[in-house]
Amino acid sequence: MSVGGELSVISTLLSSALLLTGLLFFIAGSVAMLRFPDSYSRLHAVTKADSLGLGSIIAGLMFYCNWWQNLLMLLIWLLVLASGTVSCQLLARFCKTKQDQA
Amino acid sequence: MSLLLFDVLLCGLLLALALASVLSRQLSHAVILYIAFGLLMALTWARLAAPDLALAEAAIGAGLTGALCFTALARQGKLAASPTLSWQQRCWPALFVLVTLFGLLLLVLQLPAKPGPLPALVMQQLAASGVSHPVTAVLLNFRSWDTLLELLVLLLALLGTLQVAPAPVYQSSWVLSRSWSQLLAPLIIVLAGYLLWAGAHQPGGAFQAGALLAAGAVVLKLNHQLNWLAWRNIWVRFFAIAGLTVFVAAVLTAWLLSGALAEPVWLRWPPELAKYIILLIEIFATLAIAITLTLLVVAEQPATPLSLARQEDDEAADG
Amino acid sequence: MVEFSSSLNLFLATAATLVAIGVYGFIVGPEPLRRIVALNIISAGIFMLMVVLAYRSAGPDAVSTLADPVLHALVLTGLVVAVSATAFALALLARLGKTTADRPEEPGP
Repeated sequence: MSVGGELSVISTLLSSALLLTGLLFFIAGSVAMLRFPDSYSRLHAVTKADSLGLGSIIAGLMFYCNWWQNLLMLLIWLLVLASGTVSCQLLARFCKTKQDQA
Repeated sequence: MSLLLFDVLLCGLLLALALASVLSRQLSHAVILYIAFGLLMALTWARLAAPDLALAEAAIGAGLTGALCFTALARQGKLAASPTLSWQQRCWPALFVLVTLFGLLLLVLQLPAKPGPLPALVMQQLAASGVSHPVTAVLLNFRSWDTLLELLVLLLALLGTLQVAPAPVYQSSWVLSRSWSQLLAPLIIVLAGYLLWAGAHQPGGAFQAGALLAAGAVVLKLNHQLNWLAWRNIWVRFFAIAGLTVFVAAVLTAWLLSGALAEPVWLRWPPELAKYIILLIEIFATLAIAITLTLLVVAEQPATPLSLARQEDDEAADG
Repeated sequence: MVEFSSSLNLFLATAATLVAIGVYGFIVGPEPLRRIVALNIISAGIFMLMVVLAYRSAGPDAVSTLADPVLHALVLTGLVVAVSATAFALALLARLGKTTADRPEEPGP
């Protein structure tokens, strides 16, 4: 990373920890999506783990950017949170309707 | 080194997704994998210093093509597993493709690493083009012929689709998805306006703005909103054709204006007017692209007796 | 510099392989919809080749100098044309499906 040249040690550690946490959440969510038995638990795992993972990755990246980029990243995170929630709801309802029909 | 690692990962994922999409057992899996592939393509364009393409691909490749393929899937009704092919049916094409791939790799890796003279030429002429973003300058000034013909192709595709597409399969929509799409609509309009405006000096422009507007309009249309946005509306027809018409009118005007010169040149803007001509064309092209792409994805039958599909449907209803 | 050229070669090879995968899917099929998806994969491969060629002129630090705008403009046009062609192909496919569904028991030759 060439961008974070003048970061203090504590900030670097903190940001790396946040980035690693985010990655861990993403990996956990992906593994859960592949391994969980039914659609509902998969949706639950993917939506929760990924929005939290993205949140911590954005928090980790915030050490490297100026306030304007931070604001944009926060807005993106909010948008992804909202769309993730809505699409999770919609997919779960679709599964429910299909289950009821069957 | 870290960038190379990223590239290897990206290329590996792209190839894996494309292969899985081609080889998957079920058609629906193939489509979903293709949408994921389109998203990664957008990331690849961003990696390869092509932000204009990344913007367009995110709206077109991942959004509109996905919606198109899912509509096609929904039309096919109940999904059966693909018919299994014998190993002969798989082996011979694979052999052929491997030989072709070998030849392609040989050719591609021999390409010279030096760029041609065109980028330097564009940079040299950029000041006279009326915009400061090179891609927009190429699209709407240096090679505006391409853009003109592309608008024509879009219009022809729309006319063909309106002729042959059967009536869409309408599903009821949920309140949640409807209100979410309504919530997104103003955001998309603001973003599209920004992209259009930004196109003059940074990545963005008519194509990206039009594709983004179309993506938003498709989501709204699928939720039974925007009922006026159909081919039967005379204004929709007007604006779908206006992109091309305004372009041709601008070309003719510029041609007449440059008539005083010894040798008037087709499709060349006078430098002092170029900025305004490009802005005018871009506004109408954005609207035309947005309307055309929306109608291509949610193709609706025009209520004219001339349409082939409509006639057949009526016959089917009578009989 | 070495890293840049190996990245370039990697992307060039990926583009060629994408074309090959698309051609394989296009030949093998078996459903028409999958053939259309395969056609889109071929076009993605070709676009990628053009974008990598455009990226050559950017040099190792792509931030300071710009990639070839002519190729970018061509690919941008190509993306829109590709999606409109796909839409038309899918409309034809839908019409084909409807026509065959309307006449299920056609007497064989």
